[in-house]
Amino acid sequence: MQGAAATPMVVAVDVHKHFGPLHALQGVSLEIPRGEVLCIIGPSGSGKSTFLRCINQLERIDAGAIWVDGELAGFRRDGDALYELTDAEVARQRLASGMVFQRFNLFAHMTALENIIEGPVTVQKRAKKEASAEALALLERVGLADKRNAYPSELSGGQQQRIAIARALAMKPKLMLFDEPTSALDPELVGEVLAVMRHLATTGMTMIVVTHELGFAREVANRVVFMDRGRIVEVGPPREVLVDPREQRTRDFIAAVLS
Amino acid sequence: MDRTVVNTSAAEAKPVGVTSAYSIAHLRHVPRRHYGRWVAAALILLAFAAVAKAFAEGQIAWPVVAQFFTAPAILSGLANTILMTVCAMVLGIALGVLFAIMVMSPNPVLKNVAVFYIWFFRGTPLLLQLLLWFNLALVFPRLGIPGLFEARTVDVMTPFVATLLGLGINQGAYTAEVVRGGILSVDVGQTEAAKAIGMTRLTTLRRIVLPQAMRVIIPPVGNEVISMVKLTSVASVIQYAEILRNAQTIYYANARVIELLIVAAIWYLVVVTILSIGQHYLERYFSRGRGDRRPARAAAAAPEAA
Repeated sequence: MQGAAATPMVVAVDVHKHFGPLHALQGVSLEIPRGEVLCIIGPSGSGKSTFLRCINQLERIDAGAIWVDGELAGFRRDGDALYELTDAEVARQRLASGMVFQRFNLFAHMTALENIIEGPVTVQKRAKKEASAEALALLERVGLADKRNAYPSELSGGQQQRIAIARALAMKPKLMLFDEPTSALDPELVGEVLAVMRHLATTGMTMIVVTHELGFAREVANRVVFMDRGRIVEVGPPREVLVDPREQRTRDFIAAVLS
Repeated sequence: MDRTVVNTSAAEAKPVGVTSAYSIAHLRHVPRRHYGRWVAAALILLAFAAVAKAFAEGQIAWPVVAQFFTAPAILSGLANTILMTVCAMVLGIALGVLFAIMVMSPNPVLKNVAVFYIWFFRGTPLLLQLLLWFNLALVFPRLGIPGLFEARTVDVMTPFVATLLGLGINQGAYTAEVVRGGILSVDVGQTEAAKAIGMTRLTTLRRIVLPQAMRVIIPPVGNEVISMVKLTSVASVIQYAEILRNAQTIYYANARVIELLIVAAIWYLVVVTILSIGQHYLERYFSRGRGDRRPARAAAAAPEAA
């Protein structure tokens, strides 16, 4: 290893996850280098969202291991023993990644600006003035500077999702996780959110995007992962996985989505 | 044919392609007449007048009501009622939030302690609890922490302290359930978003979940404050000098039973009315970001659409 720059951003080794009788992840292993834009596609129930949520520990994994930014998620290794981390230590590990949800999940009792500065001020204990200035720059970047005092209920889905991206970026994460960011949007609002994500990809941010937008995946992703029934079926560059897949299941899925 | 209808605009005096028989803009508008409402109002007014007449002619000395309305004993009783309402509710809400969080805690010890507390204090009558607190000296003649301080229980357990503990702890058990309901009403997505920006469980509760739960918690808690105003009257059995007990003390002396009960009733209504108004404003504050800004939204959206 040649220092932090050479370690992959995410390493997942044989990850298993059960929800009661459902075996949602059945041995997922994947390495994601720094600066990569990775799109995960697959039918619903394939475990793609679950895998994303395991990366920032919104779900606990039952077996296997995940390293994020070189740190083992959820445990501290001391000799031959793995010590489970406390609530506060897990919260600190989550700072490495920012997450954007399908249903936006903006804090409903806060304005757009308050949503963005909540993390920097409450969690990172930064000065409110400085955090507000940065938040305004982020709002500018997602094209919503004029909506800084609007509550989420006053904004369209596309606007809410762009604010949610700004809120995640305000924490200065090293990795951005997108969980079907456009699935809850009206069709005409999908474009504005994808435009923000496309721009983010050009800045060199490591991004893992669970999506049904095959066009976006083909255009922006460095690699595409196809998952089905808790397993990774196929990984490769978009022009291979999306255009000329090796596996029959991938071919069926893409044909079904495009039809 | 469909096309002509689509082209029709309400703003146009002469719709294109529609015969004049369908043009009704020039006709006179007659609103519905609510005869039933007028009849009902008249009947109710009549009934009211009859009741008022009966009370005016009945054996009630209204000058006595006026005389005792601001009597020092009544006013000090009123002050004690308000003081106890505030203290017992503060204790009740504090315990309610604490035990609601404990019930929902992943820690099994905290959870079971809270479940026991709610089970015990919801499962026994308030009057019985008040009597238990007041008579605690029968069980423990002396209270204290050995070596630090010690006192006779009868000195500590005054009517005020016994009432405060009885009402506050009992209220806490009910408020805990209300707060739990409020916390459950907040979408789990809010908690996940808070976790995703690195908040711990308690910070998430304090900054994200509880402020939003307030919208659901305030109406029932407001209701409970109003109940509490009246519930303090139960404390008259353990000699707490609230307004009803003082009214009773006066009518034991002057035998003006109904007059003094009317005095107390009017004061209760005054306090409850003021509290209801306060509750309205509190609810409006905690529903910010939720629906109360609809008109502002419509106004903001209009120029965008243009």
